[in-house]
Amino acid sequence: MRPAKLLLGLGAALCALTSFAQAEEPVRGGNATFIMSPAPQILTSAITTAGAEQVVSSKISDSLFTYDYDLNPKPLLAESFSVSDDGLRVTINLRKGVKWHDGKEFTSEDVAFTTMEVWKVLHGRGRTIFGNVTAVETPDPYTAIFVLSKPSPGMLKSLAAQQAQILPAHIYKGTDIATNPANLKPIGTGPFKFVSFSPGDNLVLERNPDYWDTGKPYLDKLIFRFIPDPATRASAIESGEAQIAPQNLVPMADLERLGATGEFDITTKGYEFQNEMEMIEFNLDDPIMKDKRVRQAIAHAIDRDWIVENIFFGYGKSAETPLHQQLTEMFDASGVPQYAFDPEKAKALLDEAGYKPDANGVRLKLTVDPLPYGEHQASIAAYMREAFRAVGIDLTVRAQDFAGFVKRVYTDRDFQFTINLLTGGSDPTIGTQRTFWSQSFKPGVGFSNGSHYVSPEMDKLLETAASEMDVAKRKAEYHEFQKLAMEDLPVFPLVAVESVTIASKRLKNHTIDANGTYSNFANVYLTPAE
Amino acid sequence: MNRHLLNYLGWRLLQSLVVITIVVIGSFMLLHLVPGDMVDVLGGQRGDMDAELMATLRTRYGLDQPMLVQLFNYVTGVLQGDLGYSFRNSNTVLSLVLQRLPATILLVVCSVAVAVFIGTLAGVFAARHVHRPIDVIISMVVLVFYATPVFMTGLGLVIIFSVKLKLLPVGGLITPGVDMTTLQLVGDVAQHLILPVLSLSLFYIAIYARLARASMLQVLNQDYIRTAYAKGLGTSHVIIGHALRNALLPVVTMVGLQIAELFGGAVLTETIFSLPGVGRLAYDSVFERDYPLILGVLLVCSFVIILVNLIIDLIYTLLDPRVEVSR
Repeated sequence: MRPAKLLLGLGAALCALTSFAQAEEPVRGGNATFIMSPAPQILTSAITTAGAEQVVSSKISDSLFTYDYDLNPKPLLAESFSVSDDGLRVTINLRKGVKWHDGKEFTSEDVAFTTMEVWKVLHGRGRTIFGNVTAVETPDPYTAIFVLSKPSPGMLKSLAAQQAQILPAHIYKGTDIATNPANLKPIGTGPFKFVSFSPGDNLVLERNPDYWDTGKPYLDKLIFRFIPDPATRASAIESGEAQIAPQNLVPMADLERLGATGEFDITTKGYEFQNEMEMIEFNLDDPIMKDKRVRQAIAHAIDRDWIVENIFFGYGKSAETPLHQQLTEMFDASGVPQYAFDPEKAKALLDEAGYKPDANGVRLKLTVDPLPYGEHQASIAAYMREAFRAVGIDLTVRAQDFAGFVKRVYTDRDFQFTINLLTGGSDPTIGTQRTFWSQSFKPGVGFSNGSHYVSPEMDKLLETAASEMDVAKRKAEYHEFQKLAMEDLPVFPLVAVESVTIASKRLKNHTIDANGTYSNFANVYLTPAE
Repeated sequence: MNRHLLNYLGWRLLQSLVVITIVVIGSFMLLHLVPGDMVDVLGGQRGDMDAELMATLRTRYGLDQPMLVQLFNYVTGVLQGDLGYSFRNSNTVLSLVLQRLPATILLVVCSVAVAVFIGTLAGVFAARHVHRPIDVIISMVVLVFYATPVFMTGLGLVIIFSVKLKLLPVGGLITPGVDMTTLQLVGDVAQHLILPVLSLSLFYIAIYARLARASMLQVLNQDYIRTAYAKGLGTSHVIIGHALRNALLPVVTMVGLQIAELFGGAVLTETIFSLPGVGRLAYDSVFERDYPLILGVLLVCSFVIILVNLIIDLIYTLLDPRVEVSR
């Protein structure tokens, strides 16, 4: 039983989930308000990788699969699937009788069109995920066959709505997809239909009475409100104006106080597909950073547990490998080199590298560029400036906005090291690979191989593992990858971040699988106020 | 309409065109000095783009052209009434800005009205009781609000009125997802506006209170006021009918000057109360390097500000017949 397994396996964060496990009769009716920020600009995630677009469009459009907490696919618009022995043909049997919101039938033609003309062309990550897809065959309206040039086990982990939304071919085919008016008035197959969108303010969706999963969804309306200020978000949750805020939108500092009222569920589940890692990216083209001893010294100078406790309020784990521990199938820290907090060792390493303290005790002057996205990176940088003083490194923290950061690091390459937040994704090929693969060193492309790490051994490991169909072999290859990455240290993983969802206890079933608040909300219901 | 007025309006229109041209060209140049463009941001948003796609996008958005060509294209478009297209929002710049303008105008106009009304009232009251305890108290209270950052006042009000008392909404402009009659809609918007307007106007009340007090004191010492009293007119008649009308002139000047500042300052209030206004639109589009959208916001706002100033100049002539419009 899944609920039983969950309750056994996971600790305090799961207390909130116990209520979901109880067999309770769902209640029909009611409106739920969902807080988002930043606000989505369009309502179609098939052509963007921005998070807000993913959250809203997953409610309007169902995907082929959703994923359980261990990232095994569960059918949604797909009823079943099979993979040929050579891994080159993935056959997906589609659910029959699914209707688009305009009444037209959903068929394999929609899947083929979206894969070949939308995901592969316009979606940022889609180009990686579906790169090996050469064609999608549609022998009948309910069968779609992905034909691959190379086996791509990662692809089957990536068919959830947030990065593989299916678009209606009858509306998009033959039009300019990026400027199609349906991007702002979406037509989907999902449990909720579009009602109105006020950019920067709110989005209103209503129950789709013709949803294929008869009887669902339970809510009458699902309302998204875009609230840019963190303190106001906390107030909206506290006052009961909104029922749910995902993705750390309510500041971690407020969670303890809100949790103590007993009115809210606070959970870190539902982000298993995301796996965010705080990492230091060293610029290996920099003469100082090129020296591995300096990188090791930096690693030893940082007390990551302090960062987890004080900057993340305990919502995270000191990272042991570049993979997030939530990626249960692949994560393995055994035999992986570790860098414990040890200022003495850091000093010894700097001595060895030839950086002796001057009269003021300064051995080395360095500059760090924290990613300007949320506040965590800047806080870590501020901590480092203090912590590094103890080992004789004089650290300057540089600030810029998002576009400035991307240009400095990935285009101009004018930096020494960053504190970056990188999304690992539901499979190493989706996120982590691009940080370590020499082929993804692409100046001008944000969040590619920013270190300029080039290792033939690493390339071989990553390329083999990417198309390895044997699960055990693949796991072993990724174990080798984790060891080699921590040995060469082109990046230093700091914190495996846990994202937090806070919701009113009245809102049930908001987090029932790895897609969490990115799932379609067909099962969500609201118990009446007491 | 008299010829004077027409002449004057024509002259002002010419001036406005010059101002708007300078705004457009100046901001265009400034924007291009900022590192990173829209494609950098797009590619950076935790996706995985490749150089080829980025080059395609740059061509598509015209970002691969030399700056002067881009400027020329933009100005040509504007002259034809086309403010451009925001690819990030899949929508035209004009409709994006017009969607957001009402919230900002409501906020700014209501805040100015409240600030002018309460500020002037407080100032006049203080002037009448000059150097008495009530004068000192008024000065102190308005100064405290002036010294408190808008976001603090705003958050404080939210905690008291929304979280604790649950009387007013936390933010937004309307309650989404509810069908309302026009009357209910007006009531709903008014409810949503109370806290933002209060927090923004509390800050500005101080300015108007100080201004009204000082100019009232000056006016009250004039001979014609003494004459009015000597004629046997009542205090309120003298204050309202004779003194206030003259004392208001500097207040009106200040409104004109502050409208522009308020448009800028509204960003903070719009953020805290999640109002869908142009301030936030501009702020967000700067971070996304969405040049046509930033320029569109600047252009439309300059237009509104110029219009407001024109109206204010006309109000002068109503308040004080000695002022005449002319070149």
